[in-house]
Amino acid sequence: MAVVTALLLVRATSADVLPDDRADLFYSKYSGGGMDITGESVLVRKKFTEDFALEASYFVDKVSGASIDVLSQASQIKDERKQKSGTAEYVHDKTTYSLSFINSVERDYKSDTTSFSLKQDMFGDLTTLTVGYAHTDDAVGENNGTAFVPVIAWLGHAQSNSYNVGLSQILTKNWIAGLNVNVITDNGYLANPYRSIRYLDSSNPKGYSLGSQVYPDTRTSTAVQAEAKYYLPYRAALTGSYRYFRDTWGIVGNTYEMDYTHPLKNIWILEGRLRFYKQNQATFYSDLFPFADSQNFMARDQDLAASENTTIGAKVTYAFLPDGWKMFKRGTATFDVSRISFHYLDFRNIKYYGVPDYLPGTEPLYFFNATVYQIYMSMFF
Amino acid sequence: MRRVRPVLLVGVMLLMSACSSIQPWVKPYERDRLADPIMAWDRDAISSAYLDHIREAREGSRGATGSAGGGCGCN
Repeated sequence: MAVVTALLLVRATSADVLPDDRADLFYSKYSGGGMDITGESVLVRKKFTEDFALEASYFVDKVSGASIDVLSQASQIKDERKQKSGTAEYVHDKTTYSLSFINSVERDYKSDTTSFSLKQDMFGDLTTLTVGYAHTDDAVGENNGTAFVPVIAWLGHAQSNSYNVGLSQILTKNWIAGLNVNVITDNGYLANPYRSIRYLDSSNPKGYSLGSQVYPDTRTSTAVQAEAKYYLPYRAALTGSYRYFRDTWGIVGNTYEMDYTHPLKNIWILEGRLRFYKQNQATFYSDLFPFADSQNFMARDQDLAASENTTIGAKVTYAFLPDGWKMFKRGTATFDVSRISFHYLDFRNIKYYGVPDYLPGTEPLYFFNATVYQIYMSMFF
Repeated sequence: MRRVRPVLLVGVMLLMSACSSIQPWVKPYERDRLADPIMAWDRDAISSAYLDHIREAREGSRGATGSAGGGCGCN
């Protein structure tokens, strides 16, 4: 068996190979912060020749409820997002070319992404270099009607260009490391129309009033991620990663992630993961501005607030049909659950609090917990 | 300038020959552990893309995770 594996590996290193054909059925549920989102997805990947494959996926998100800042000022949300994607992959010698399209439609948001990537194996296949580019066009709207009778006002467009370089390096027979650099530039309408600033206003019984956010119309961000994966002395893998992020809006984010993967025989794969994320606020963010129009740019979007979140996740994969069945080589069923705790360091909960209990700016800081379930079945053929 | 060009050319040739002479220190037949599915960077792309979408809609940071997605998720 070892000889056969070694021979297969030697053959595999003579040219890059495309992954197995597969079909995935996926269901997800997100609950947290007043929102419930269910997602259903199907993905099919098929090799037509040894060097050419196509992949297609369809994803539907159904949103009900609304986040804290929407609840603070508007009615509840009921929405649906449909995402279609297609990818073509072509392998020539040690190079894999990939071209993808993603189309995402909500009634108040439309997004089209085209991306191209090139993957090159080098230096005896110890090193893999990936270079990618993606262009996204978004149309941003706002629902001025109700959840059931929407009236959409289209506010503007946004474009983004994403440049990615990735390097994966085999260091020893047990250890592989990777480095990814991603620069994204945006321009256009970049604000979230459903979120508002608040400013001190003595004429309002609450002590504050709400106003429109004003964002810059450009943004450039740089993210650098380093990761390493180690095969332990017994059959299990340990992964660690760190990502540094900064952008021209003044946000600096740090992400730390650990993952432990442990197979049981050849039937179960157990996985546990921990993730910690922390960011500071954008330069034009404030939970409470001193007066209306006090700055050129003003935001009170919780994504731009100083915050931290912690994720604990577990995943179980069950392998079935080890000897195959008809056209299928094997199958897997996976259950994944994550618990995420979000804590905001300068974003206050104004939904239930106000005068006379709390003066503006002294309300409790906002926090919430979210649970994410994923169940999916993958068939390989 | 005329002297610089041959020097550059020789330098580039030396660099290229150095690249081609790099021998893989982990031989193909020693990569059975690295080929184990538990050592894949991303076993389930559909799941990773979904988690990335959730995070990107709630965090200021984005990118360098290997996934792409669309949409707002801004409610």
